[in-house]
Amino acid sequence: MSDKDSWKKKEIRGVENMAVKGKIVWISGPAVKASGMSEAKMYETVEVGEDKLVGEIIRLTGDVAFVQVYESTSGLRPGEPVYGTGRPLSVTLGPGMIGKIYDGLQRPLDELAKKSGAFISRGVTVPSISKEQKWHFKPTVKKGDEVSAGAILGTVKETGLIEHRVMVPPEHPGGKIVEAVDEGDYTVEEVVATVSKGGKKLDLTMYHQWPVRRGRPYAERYDPELPLMTGQRVIDTFFPIVKGGTAAIPGGFGTGKTVTLHQVAAWADAKVVFHVGCGERGNEMTEVLIKFPELEDPATGLPLMERTVLVANTSNMPVAAREASIYTGVTMAEYYRDMGYDVVLVADSTSRWAEALREISGRLEEMPAEEGYPSYLASRLAEFYERAGRMKSLGSPDRAGSVTLIGAVSPSGADFTEPVTTHTSRFIKTFWALDTKLAYSRHYPSINWITSYTGYADAVSGWWAKNVDKDWSKLRLEAFEVLQREDVLREIVRLLGPEALPSEEKLILDVARMVKEGFLQQSAFDKIDTYASPQKQVMQLRMLVDFYHEALAALRSGVSLDDIRAMNVITKIIRSKYEIPNNEMHRFDDLHKEMLEEFQSMRLKEAEAVVE
Amino acid sequence: MSSKAVSGIEYTKVAEIKGPLIILDGVTRSAFDELVEITTPSGEHRLGRVLEVGGGKAVVQVFEGTTGLSIVGTKSRFLGRTMELPVSEGILGRIFDGLGRPLDGLPEPVGEEFRDVNGLPINPERRDYPTDFIQTGISVIDGMNTLVRGQKLPIFSGAGLPHNMLAAQIARQASVAGKGEEFAVVFAAIGVQHSESRFFRKSLEESGAIKRSALFLNLADDPAIERIITPRVALTAAEYLAFDKDMHVLVIITDMTNYAEALREISAAREEVPGRKGYPGYLYTDLASLYERAGRIKGKKGSITQMPILSMPSDDITHPIPDLTGYITEGQIVLGRDLFRKDIYPPVNVLSCLSRLMKDGIGEGRTREDHSNVSDQLYAGYARAQELRALAEIVGRAGLTGNDLKYLDFGEAFENRLLKQGYEESRSIEDTLSIAWDIFSTLPDKELTKIKQEYIAKYKPKK
Repeated sequence: MSDKDSWKKKEIRGVENMAVKGKIVWISGPAVKASGMSEAKMYETVEVGEDKLVGEIIRLTGDVAFVQVYESTSGLRPGEPVYGTGRPLSVTLGPGMIGKIYDGLQRPLDELAKKSGAFISRGVTVPSISKEQKWHFKPTVKKGDEVSAGAILGTVKETGLIEHRVMVPPEHPGGKIVEAVDEGDYTVEEVVATVSKGGKKLDLTMYHQWPVRRGRPYAERYDPELPLMTGQRVIDTFFPIVKGGTAAIPGGFGTGKTVTLHQVAAWADAKVVFHVGCGERGNEMTEVLIKFPELEDPATGLPLMERTVLVANTSNMPVAAREASIYTGVTMAEYYRDMGYDVVLVADSTSRWAEALREISGRLEEMPAEEGYPSYLASRLAEFYERAGRMKSLGSPDRAGSVTLIGAVSPSGADFTEPVTTHTSRFIKTFWALDTKLAYSRHYPSINWITSYTGYADAVSGWWAKNVDKDWSKLRLEAFEVLQREDVLREIVRLLGPEALPSEEKLILDVARMVKEGFLQQSAFDKIDTYASPQKQVMQLRMLVDFYHEALAALRSGVSLDDIRAMNVITKIIRSKYEIPNNEMHRFDDLHKEMLEEFQSMRLKEAEAVVE
Repeated sequence: MSSKAVSGIEYTKVAEIKGPLIILDGVTRSAFDELVEITTPSGEHRLGRVLEVGGGKAVVQVFEGTTGLSIVGTKSRFLGRTMELPVSEGILGRIFDGLGRPLDGLPEPVGEEFRDVNGLPINPERRDYPTDFIQTGISVIDGMNTLVRGQKLPIFSGAGLPHNMLAAQIARQASVAGKGEEFAVVFAAIGVQHSESRFFRKSLEESGAIKRSALFLNLADDPAIERIITPRVALTAAEYLAFDKDMHVLVIITDMTNYAEALREISAAREEVPGRKGYPGYLYTDLASLYERAGRIKGKKGSITQMPILSMPSDDITHPIPDLTGYITEGQIVLGRDLFRKDIYPPVNVLSCLSRLMKDGIGEGRTREDHSNVSDQLYAGYARAQELRALAEIVGRAGLTGNDLKYLDFGEAFENRLLKQGYEESRSIEDTLSIAWDIFSTLPDKELTKIKQEYIAKYKPKK
C-alpha cells in the first residue's frame, strides 16, 4: 500500500496483510536486526518476535532491516519471526480521544491497565479509540452534495467543550454523496456516508488513520497574528506567543519548567490542548490527570480535562516509543486543527526525545556529531517545529485552525550552549529562558527577562490595542526599560554598593523590584494569582508605570526617597495580584486613586515644610 | 540469588574477554537480557547477563568480574530467564549481598514468588498522586522542602559531608501524623565503605527498625559490575513489600555515583559512543528506570519513598550524575560545604533545594494553613540575605542601610535557629513554623510580602 492510500480502510490498530516475514538475527536493547526483509519498506511498522512487539524499520541494508522496537526486548531471541505490516506508523483519528491518556504509540493507558494491571507489560494490543461506543452523529451534508478531501460530513459532541467535526480523510478522492445516514447514534466503524467517484463507491466512517511522520495537508498557511493568551503575565505581556506560533522553554532542573508548562496547558485560550510527556516523570502525568478534571475552563466552567489529551511516555517506558510520542501527539493535534480549532501542544521534554534519537543512533553505530547526538538532530527539530502554524483547512466549509508548539528543553548542566538548546533556538520564535538563579530565590515563573525573547510582540500589539488597551505597547516598553536599566545599575551596585547611586537611579532599583515582585512573579498555586486576565495585566502594568512617573516627579519636587519607600500603597500594589480577582477590576481604579492621593499629600507636606 | 534448577545448553567457546565482558561464540539459543551462569576453570560459579546477542555471538556482562576467566576452560550456561529475586516477607530483618544472596549466615529466605529484578514501568494512569506529609523532624526539610509518601527525593552531597547522618536521622524519625501503619526500610549500599554500611546498620539497630529492614550490600571492595544489579534487587524487594504487602517502604540508596561509574565502565568496554564526561548517552534513561520505581498506586495501601544519596564529584551540581538525577527526581536536598565549615548541621544549602511534591502535602488539614506562605517568605528572605552578604563583603556592613541590615540579621537567625538542629533532635511541624515566625519578627511587616495579612495577624508573635 502506498503512502498515497493512507486513508484507505484498515482495522483499528490491526494488521491487514502480513506483507513480509523475516527472522531476528541480532538484538541489543531497543535495536534489533532482522534478515529476510528485502521487501520491507523504510519506516514500515513491523511486529517483532512471538510476542508481536511493535517496531519500526529505520535502516535497510541488503535483506537486513534495522528495527527500533517500541517495547522492552528483554527475553527476545535470535531466530524469532518479524512480520511486516505494510504500513507506516500511524494513529487512529476519530471521536473519543479527548480526555484520554495515551502512550507514545497511541494506546490508551486506562485500557492497558484493564488488561495488564498497574504495571505496563508488553505485547498488549488495545484499540486507540473505542469501537463499541455510540456517538450521536449529526450530518451536515446530504445526498447529492459534492465533497472533497477534508470536507466536514457531520458533527459529534465529543465532550462538553468539543464538537468533533467528522471529515473526509485528506488525500481521499472525494465525490458525490450517494448515501448519507440520518442523525443518530453510530459507532466509529459504522458507515456514515458513501461517495461515488468515477463509478466507484467509497464508504466513509467517523475515523481514519494517518501516518505520524507526515504532516497532515492543508489548503494554505496564514501569518499568525492572534496572541495565545495564557494568563501568565510575564508571557502574555513581555514575551507573547501567537496562535500557530512556536516557543521553547529551556531550563535546568528545578527551574519550574513543568509548572510553567502546566500553567500554559491549563489556561491557554485554545480549543484543544495536547500535553506530551516525553521521557519525564510518571507523577507529573498523574498530576495532570488528577488536577485537570478539577480545574474549570474560564469561559464555560466545564472541567479542563474535557479539552485535554495526554500522551505519556515516561522516562522509564521504552525509549524508542519516546521518539515516536512527539509525532503521535502532533499528528493528533493537526487533526483537531483541520476541524478549524486552535490547538496547543506542549512537549515536555524535547531533550529526552533528542536523547532517544541519540540512543538509537548509537546502536546503529552512526557517526555522531556534537555530544554524541546524530547529525540529523537539527533537521528533525526543524521538521517538528514546522508542523506548527495557522492554516486554512481543506474542504468545505472554509475554516482556519492552528497548532501552537511549545517545547521544553532540559539542557544538561543548565548550559544553554548544548546542542539541543542551540539547535532549537534556531527554529522557534519565542524563547522563554528559565533561570536557575531566579528559581533559587523562588522567583517563579523563573523566566529571565533579559535573556528571553519573542518574535511576535509587533504582531500581537494590534490585538491588544484593539481589544484591551491602546497603551499596551507603550506601557510594556516603559516597564521593560526599567528592568533593563536595573540590570545595568545592578552591576554598579555590585562593585560600589547602593549608596554610590543618585536617588533617581535608586528609584529605578526600587521600581524594578516592585515590577518583579508585583508583576513578573506569579504564583501558580494561589487561587487568584494563578490566572491574570488581559485586563488585569494591563491594569497592574499601568499602576506600576504610573507609580514610577509619580515617584520620579515627587523626587524632583523635593520629596525624599525614604519617604517614597515608606509609602503604604507600595505593599498594596504588590499584593494586588492576589488580592484583586479578575472580575473586580474597579478596585484597581480605587487603588490608583489611593496612590495618587498619597503622592499628593506627600508633595503637600513637602511644600509646607519648605514654606515653614 | 536462588539456585533454581539449572537448564539450558552449556557453551565452552569464548571469543574474547575484555573488562567486565565475556564474548561467547557459537551460541545458538540465547535471549537478550538472559541470565547466564559462568563456571570458571577453577570451578567457581558466577552470574552474568546478556547485553547483545546475534550472529552466533553473545556479549555477556559478568557481575562478579572477569578475573580468573580464561578463553579455554570457561563454561557458560544460559538459564532461560532473566535475573530474578525470590521475594517474601522473610527478607525483613535480613542482610544480603549486592545480588540478593544472604550475607548473615542464615539460609536463603523461602521465596513466595520470583520477580524479575528489572521490574516493569508503573502505568501513569494507575499512579496515585503522593500527598501524605511525612514529618522527618528536620526543620529545613519539613518546613521548606517537605517530603511526602511516594516521593523520590535525593540528597546531593559531597565527599566528607554528613549525608549519611542526615539519611539515618530521617529513617529514624520519619513518621506520618496520626497513622500507625506498617513501614519498612530497604537499604541498598552501592560501593560504599564498610564503615558507612556499619553506620547505617547500627543506626537501624539502635532505633529498633532493623527488624523491619532489608539490607542489600555491595561494598567498596565488592565487584564493581554487581553495582548495576544491587539497586534493582533492592527495589524489587521494596515493590513487593509496598504493593503486595501494603507497607510504606523507605528506600535509601547510597551512593548513586558509584552506580553510574559502573555503568560507564560497561559502556566503555562495549566501545559505545559516549555522551557527557564519558557517561553513556542512555544514563538518563537508565537512572530513570531506578528512580521511577517510587510512588503510589491507586487501590494499593503501600508506597515507595526513595531517598537516593549521591556525592557530587568536586561538589559540582552540573556534573551529569546530579544533573540527570535532578531532572528525574521530585526535587533535591543539597548539602553545602560552607555551612558544614560553619559547623551547622544539617548543612543544607536551602536555596538550591526543592521538593516538587511539597505544595500538595502541606497546608490546611495536612500541616497548617500558613505553611506555604511561611516557606515562600523564608526562601525570599534568605535569598535576599545571601545577596546582601555578598554585597557586604565588597562594600562592608557600613555600606548598607536600614532594611538591608535587618536582612543580614535575618540570615544569621535563619541559619542558627531554623536550619541548625541536633542529630537527635526531632521537631514537630508546629515547632518548625513557630521558629520561622520568631525569625520573621526581625523584619518589618511591610517586608513580609509573601504572607497573607490574616496570617501575619494570627501567627506573628506579639512583642
